[in-house]
Amino acid sequence: MSAVLEVKNLSVSLIAGNRKLVPVLENLSFSVEAGQTAALVGESGCGKSMTALAIMRLLPEGFVVTGGNILLEGEDILTLSPKRMRALRGNGMSMIFQEPMTALNPLFTVGDQIAEVLRWHQDLSGAEAHARAIALLRAVQIPAPERRVTAYPHQLSGGMRQRVMIAMALAGRPRLLIADEPTTALDVTVQAQIFDLLAELQQETRTAIVLITHDLGAVAELANEIMVLYAGRCIEAGKTENVVGHPRHPYTRGLLGCVPHLKLGPHSTRPWSDLAEIPGMVPPLGARGTDCAFLARCRAANQTCRSHPQPALEPIASDHEVSCWRKTELVA
Amino acid sequence: MSARQAFASSEASESVLDVKDLVVHFAAGRKGPFQPPSWVHAVDGVSFRVRRGTSFGIVGESGSGKSTTAQAIMRLVAVTSGQIVFHGQDLLGLTGRKLQEARKHLQIVFQDPFSALNPRRRAGDQIREALDLLGIGTAGERTERVRHLLEEVGLPPQAADLFPHQFSGGQRQRLCIARALAPEPDLIVCDEAVSALDVAIQAQILNLLKRLQRERNLTYIFISHDLGVIQQFCDEIAVMYLGKIVEQAPAANIFAAPRHPYTWSLIAAAAPAGPMRDRLKQSYLVKGDPPSPVDPPPGCRFAQRCPSATVHCREVLPDLDAIANHHLVACHRVHELVPPDLSMGTLAATSS
Repeated sequence: MSAVLEVKNLSVSLIAGNRKLVPVLENLSFSVEAGQTAALVGESGCGKSMTALAIMRLLPEGFVVTGGNILLEGEDILTLSPKRMRALRGNGMSMIFQEPMTALNPLFTVGDQIAEVLRWHQDLSGAEAHARAIALLRAVQIPAPERRVTAYPHQLSGGMRQRVMIAMALAGRPRLLIADEPTTALDVTVQAQIFDLLAELQQETRTAIVLITHDLGAVAELANEIMVLYAGRCIEAGKTENVVGHPRHPYTRGLLGCVPHLKLGPHSTRPWSDLAEIPGMVPPLGARGTDCAFLARCRAANQTCRSHPQPALEPIASDHEVSCWRKTELVA
Repeated sequence: MSARQAFASSEASESVLDVKDLVVHFAAGRKGPFQPPSWVHAVDGVSFRVRRGTSFGIVGESGSGKSTTAQAIMRLVAVTSGQIVFHGQDLLGLTGRKLQEARKHLQIVFQDPFSALNPRRRAGDQIREALDLLGIGTAGERTERVRHLLEEVGLPPQAADLFPHQFSGGQRQRLCIARALAPEPDLIVCDEAVSALDVAIQAQILNLLKRLQRERNLTYIFISHDLGVIQQFCDEIAVMYLGKIVEQAPAANIFAAPRHPYTWSLIAAAAPAGPMRDRLKQSYLVKGDPPSPVDPPPGCRFAQRCPSATVHCREVLPDLDAIANHHLVACHRVHELVPPDLSMGTLAATSS
């Protein structure tokens, strides 16, 4: 099966004040097939959202793609005209943003906002688009969609607004859906519902999903493949069971270890023992040299790590790649 | 101190804070010109007791009243009725000088470290402000104290001269903790104190809070929506839903044998991935969003979303009753409903 999205050696830089380029994202490659989900994981400032915006060609002012290709069903979107790009957004690919309150227009009803996508991309009349909008709201499990279609965003709860965002993103039946932390702003029971909904809709529509999140544990169910980003570089990638089950890079292990995941059953609650923290923080833009970006925070760093540049992302097993000098020594 | 030890000595260990039947209602205007005024029932009869040196966790969804409870304890919102007894003194009766005196022992850390700090004042001055206002020590002593506090939360002494925007999110939360520690309080309310932080930074802050608790015998009221964090951090846990505590128990009990359908739903949503999670979600995860806390209908607050609700549940509000030692549940059908079997979780946990 050919990939819906193929990202090859993508690099993004920030144009600094003195016209110098500051790398934000370096040499990122991955692909997603129809009906599959790939997850981009990392702390804030690691380049996850920049990847999403680069794919949508929505990079903020001052950021430029400095290398690589982004192929959507074989078509290199970096060379497309703005007109063709507008036709693709919403139709070929669409995005669910993190904060539904700011992503929706407060002055239009949610029905109008969903219908707008349909009128632009599918040439539906007003009445047809309205009927489709109701059907879409029903598909994302909003109760009483006939009534909600005329509601304004402020009249809906956070969970409902995120459902509206999903309905809008899926209105053009895109082949690729990018979900940028779709549940961060939501309550836990609603989060679980939204993830279930995405999985259910994906089964029906065979949409490829790129999921962006900072919680490695939470994506284990949903993602087929995981890319762990650190300071703009992919440091571990592979099938979910490999990355989550047998993490090899010290950063991936740190991310998995520092989250207190719920344990259930008798004797599940134990007295406090300090969480495995990753000391320090992500190096800011411009402070990233050629050596391993994780060096300063890594407990396993040795002389090889200090005297060599960032190691290449190399396979250690089938469907599992790691960028670490000590990858063969650090066995789980 | 572990939960078990805490309860073994519960009779002996004094309670620092005793909240009795706390009610906070906000006016929400009228629905029409001749209608009676509507009320938001933010907190509706909440009672609990916090023992010295322990962490009391409050968990619930947005709108459940957990933050309002925290703000009421800090006297930051007007309380409708009830009592908040702190060191044997009802905080709600205090004003002026006496209230200021009580606040020395009672501090809060907010969720968003970006809006909790004044962007135009230097970090050191903001930590010092509490000492100045409460008149603690001489000027020289206060400067020395600020330096010492920064060191305790893991920041260099030079940080005192910087402005908030020069710090990262995690460092800002460390500043907020230093500020809360300044008057040497007994009780710190952490209102979603780690929710806005990245997972790696969250672990650093949780470890810091626990270390401070050990060193200073601090008492925490820890508010969060993250069950994993609550389980690790807290000794006793209250689950809130629409202004009411629906279940309250030591951490060991609530995750081994939860008894309220809402707790089951929360656990199903947060359970670790695997066959047990799928089974729990299938049978216990509720649909939809929490209803509005404006003029709630009579009866159990959870009845609208509860899969096991009966007519009785919709009409009569259940009391929070003890079903075992220190385990309180507010559900009419607590003795009929079969709790989920969570024993598979232990098997999975021990085998991995």
